[in-house]
Amino acid sequence: MGGAAVVLLGTSAGCGSGPEGAAGTTGTTLTVYAASSLTSTFTELGKRFEASHDGVTVSFSFGGSSDLVAQIDQGAPADVFASADTATMDRAVAADAVEGDPVAFASNTLEIAVPPDNPARVTSLQDLAEPATKVVVCAPEVPCGAATQKVEEASKVDIEPVSEEQAVTDVLTKVESGEADAGLVYVTDVQAAGDQVEGVTFPESSAAVNTYPIAALTDSRNADLAKQFVDLVTGSDGRSVLADAGFAKP
Amino acid sequence: MGSGQRPVGLPGWVFVPAAVGAVFVLLPLAAIVARVDWEDFVGLVTSDSSQAALALSLRTSATSTLLCIVFGVPMAMVLARTSFPGQQVLRSLVLLPLVLPPVVGGIALLYTFGRRGVLGSTLEVLGLQVAFSTAAVVLAQTFVALPFLVVSLEGALRTSGQRYEAVAATLGARPTTVFRRVTLPLVLPGLAAGAVLSFARSLGEFGATITFAGSLQGVTRTLPLEIYLQREVDADAAVALSLVLVVVAVVVIGLARGGRAA
Repeated sequence: MGGAAVVLLGTSAGCGSGPEGAAGTTGTTLTVYAASSLTSTFTELGKRFEASHDGVTVSFSFGGSSDLVAQIDQGAPADVFASADTATMDRAVAADAVEGDPVAFASNTLEIAVPPDNPARVTSLQDLAEPATKVVVCAPEVPCGAATQKVEEASKVDIEPVSEEQAVTDVLTKVESGEADAGLVYVTDVQAAGDQVEGVTFPESSAAVNTYPIAALTDSRNADLAKQFVDLVTGSDGRSVLADAGFAKP
Repeated sequence: MGSGQRPVGLPGWVFVPAAVGAVFVLLPLAAIVARVDWEDFVGLVTSDSSQAALALSLRTSATSTLLCIVFGVPMAMVLARTSFPGQQVLRSLVLLPLVLPPVVGGIALLYTFGRRGVLGSTLEVLGLQVAFSTAAVVLAQTFVALPFLVVSLEGALRTSGQRYEAVAATLGARPTTVFRRVTLPLVLPGLAAGAVLSFARSLGEFGATITFAGSLQGVTRTLPLEIYLQREVDADAAVALSLVLVVVAVVVIGLARGGRAA
């Protein structure tokens, strides 16, 4: 069900972003599979790519990295894959789906998200261990939860969460609605949420740095375009768009 | 059934789409069974997290079913036996959770019972914290399951009619006695069917729970949530737990049918 939703989302994003490409007689479609956290930045980069490549439409499928690898492994027609962590990209490499070596293009660390008025007055990671503070984190089974666990172990801070969510967005909505006093999400999520939440950075976050790799895929029928898109993301244009969204250098 | 009576024949073409429909429902169930890793099955379904999830699911679904009966029976009676302006509209609205995506139900509950919801501050004054508690799971399940009970029972009440009730009343029975001695025994099969449907719907509840109650082992992480989470790391565990849920559902429906036949 999730997979179908992802595919639909990808299709509609593709249609929306390239009417001029679709109208062109020599229209080529470049299909990019990317982690959900890259939705806004890659959509922007896709527009720039279309603007500089006449007749090319960039179509995206955004989803959980492991779902995307599974789809690529099952023969989904993708030209480029950008993953939210190196472990998932390694699986794509192991499946011989990747052309050349993946390139790290961004990194992300955890940040504490609190409701705008910060009702529990959270100012540090240690504050999250306070029993009266309702903290929501990601479940250890998903990447953001694994990062949370790494930070807890490195900092020796023992958080007793009231909920272990399935995805970063679930954590964020619980903080936005004021249900939770604090949540652990990525820096970019706090930035994307705008006024809905406030961010509290903490030095211990350096214990878990998530690196995003990108690669062109072996089965791509547009090998040149795929390589050019990877170059755009890893180049100065990509850097500035990603930095605006809060991503750090790899 | 119908012995000695010549059955009315069905048009032959009916059997083809009927068979296709049956295969469509049964094939995915067979696919789950085929996909189960039997060697590790026992280990997968008896792990701490699985047991906690199953126990929580059974406990919360039983509580929700009870709440559905407590509130659903009177609702069905009012809808079936009285008439007042706006009743049609009210009925449609009450049955809304039946067709509403559960996620929407979860969001609605959040803004009602959540800390910053309509009733949130009142509840907080009373010392009740619904957020992230097992009570939130029960609320979510009751919200989505209640219409099933109301619909089944209202149908049963309308079918059974009011003749016996009227007779009992003319013989001097008071409304509560009529309800207890006449109405209830008449509609018991309908009530049982509604309760089973409510239990089954509660057991499968996912969207409203994950949106409203959160997910924590032993507190709010019911079996469907556990299956969804296990899917991320261990497909075999997710399949094994799915089979458990299928078996529980089959047993519940079997019990209900057995109860009605007896």
